[in-house]
Amino acid sequence: MALLSLEKVSVAYENQYILQNFDLSVEKGQLISLLGPSGCGKTTTLRLIAGFLEAKEGKFLLNGKDYTRIPVNKRNFGFVFQNYALFPHLSVYDNVAFGLRLRKVKEPEIRQRVTKVLDAVSLAGFEQRFPKALSGGQRQRVAIARALVIEPDLLLFDEPLSNLDANLRVSMRVEIRRIQQELGITTIYVSHDQEECFSISDRVAIMNKGIIEQLDRPAAIFKYPKTEFVARFIGFNNFIDFEQRSDSGDEIELKAKDRIFRAVRHPGMSGANGRKGAIRPDDIVVGTPEEIEAGVGCLTGRVKVSTFLGRSYQYVVETELGSFTANKEMESPFLSGQEVRLFFPREKLVLVE
Amino acid sequence: MQENNRGLGLFTLLVYLFLLGPLVIIALSSFEPGTVLKFPPTGFSLRWYQKIFEVEMFMKTFKTSMAVSLLGNLFALLLGIPAAYALSRFPFKGKDALNAVFLSPVLIPGIVLGFTMLKFLIVTYHLPIYTGLLVGHTVVMLPFIIRVVESSLANFDFAVEEAALSLGAGRLQTFFRVVLPNIKSGIIAAVLIAFLESFNNVDISVFMTGPGVSTLPIQMLTYVENYFDPTIAAISVLLMALTAVLMFVIERLMGLSYFTKR
Repeated sequence: MALLSLEKVSVAYENQYILQNFDLSVEKGQLISLLGPSGCGKTTTLRLIAGFLEAKEGKFLLNGKDYTRIPVNKRNFGFVFQNYALFPHLSVYDNVAFGLRLRKVKEPEIRQRVTKVLDAVSLAGFEQRFPKALSGGQRQRVAIARALVIEPDLLLFDEPLSNLDANLRVSMRVEIRRIQQELGITTIYVSHDQEECFSISDRVAIMNKGIIEQLDRPAAIFKYPKTEFVARFIGFNNFIDFEQRSDSGDEIELKAKDRIFRAVRHPGMSGANGRKGAIRPDDIVVGTPEEIEAGVGCLTGRVKVSTFLGRSYQYVVETELGSFTANKEMESPFLSGQEVRLFFPREKLVLVE
Repeated sequence: MQENNRGLGLFTLLVYLFLLGPLVIIALSSFEPGTVLKFPPTGFSLRWYQKIFEVEMFMKTFKTSMAVSLLGNLFALLLGIPAAYALSRFPFKGKDALNAVFLSPVLIPGIVLGFTMLKFLIVTYHLPIYTGLLVGHTVVMLPFIIRVVESSLANFDFAVEEAALSLGAGRLQTFFRVVLPNIKSGIIAAVLIAFLESFNNVDISVFMTGPGVSTLPIQMLTYVENYFDPTIAAISVLLMALTAVLMFVIERLMGLSYFTKR
């Protein structure tokens, strides 16, 4: 059974629903990310779990216990804020000890636990510093230590790295993942940064307009997006609306304007019942009509725009099925207006809903 | 350019002269040895300063003023801090209107407020004079407390309070252990500025004082109606000194720009 589950939860601000009939379940010890554009409801979901927001309808269960009406200060969850939210009037030591003092832990034990957790986030020796004397990365580590030291039942991150610079973001996310795995704490992580979510999560939930479009392992989402939204979000820029499909075993034959395409049904392809084909710019093969023979999975068109990407050239090709973006590594690029042929490999064409 | 600067400098000098001139005149004439207020003074003497402490009414009303300002301040804090917290943290109907009232304490003329309170508190409800005076001064101070504490709270990140809640602190614990220590200097500044406002107040006090109960500024008014010796100048100098010290403390705590912005 799942450790955490949200069942048909609704959240509304002034009669406008942010989440409606929202379901989510998380297994013990996992790190799950909520990923999506701003306004998709990911932060609302996190704040609901934390207890900062109250559900209008629905249930929130943790370990089989109903948490829906338990106030935030009785939940024992660690929350790490985007802007760290350290107590400015307290030293690093007192910041971390705050939660333990509220729990009436004895001073010697507090000392021992604070020392241990500051060690774990590599901040030993910083006990007497005040937050304003720390760098952004150090503040975030204090924030993590402060959330960890209370031995929370859940660890919640709200875009914890978005205020840090690029290099620090990468090392901090590795750090977060390491600590999370070492302690085996069930964690929910909100971000709008794809790479961040995909690199550290056991599972990723891609959210849009208050619903989860897809919840799966990062690699599975990356390879087999379920819906058009997810596909677009992770870089499938090309879509074809097919009029007909016929399945024979693992082979799917598709038709659009009498052009025939083939796709392979893969067990991981979660949107396999859809009629929309999606493919990444890198996966379309581009060539002159001489190089690529006309046939199944091919489409002829003219180059409209050509841009240089560094390693390869990117072309926008206008065809009878719309325009497609394709990348190709080559010495001398195709010219604008030149006739080219596109080939959609059947193992790269993914069906989405 | 050079010419222009000199003109501007002269103008600034005139403005300062206009502002500070009367104060300088009062300060200097307080040292007049004669029995009539004169400028420039004909000599140097501290006898009028000494006299302040010999006139019983001054000492008595000074004590009343102190008591009313300090006690009223306490009440204004007890009412004002929760009000400021609510205004800055929770959305509710009529909040903007309330804010407008609190943010413009100078909107209602003191005379009108004083007269209304006289009618309401003393004439209608027969409140004892001392109590009425206290209520009046609490009302005078409240907007200043709310305004200053509110802008102090506006600068304090709400996420920090949420952090305390998530670590297990209740609402009250969060307020006393996290919010209060961080708006401490704002509260001290609010207390000082409200104190000055109340201590120097004439327009409310003039309606709320009565037989046997008076404040220092009212007593001073009465005094100048009857006497024209330099005692009044000496008291003024002491009050100015008190104000200057308090303003200096406020400036050190949070900067005076705190009150001029918005």
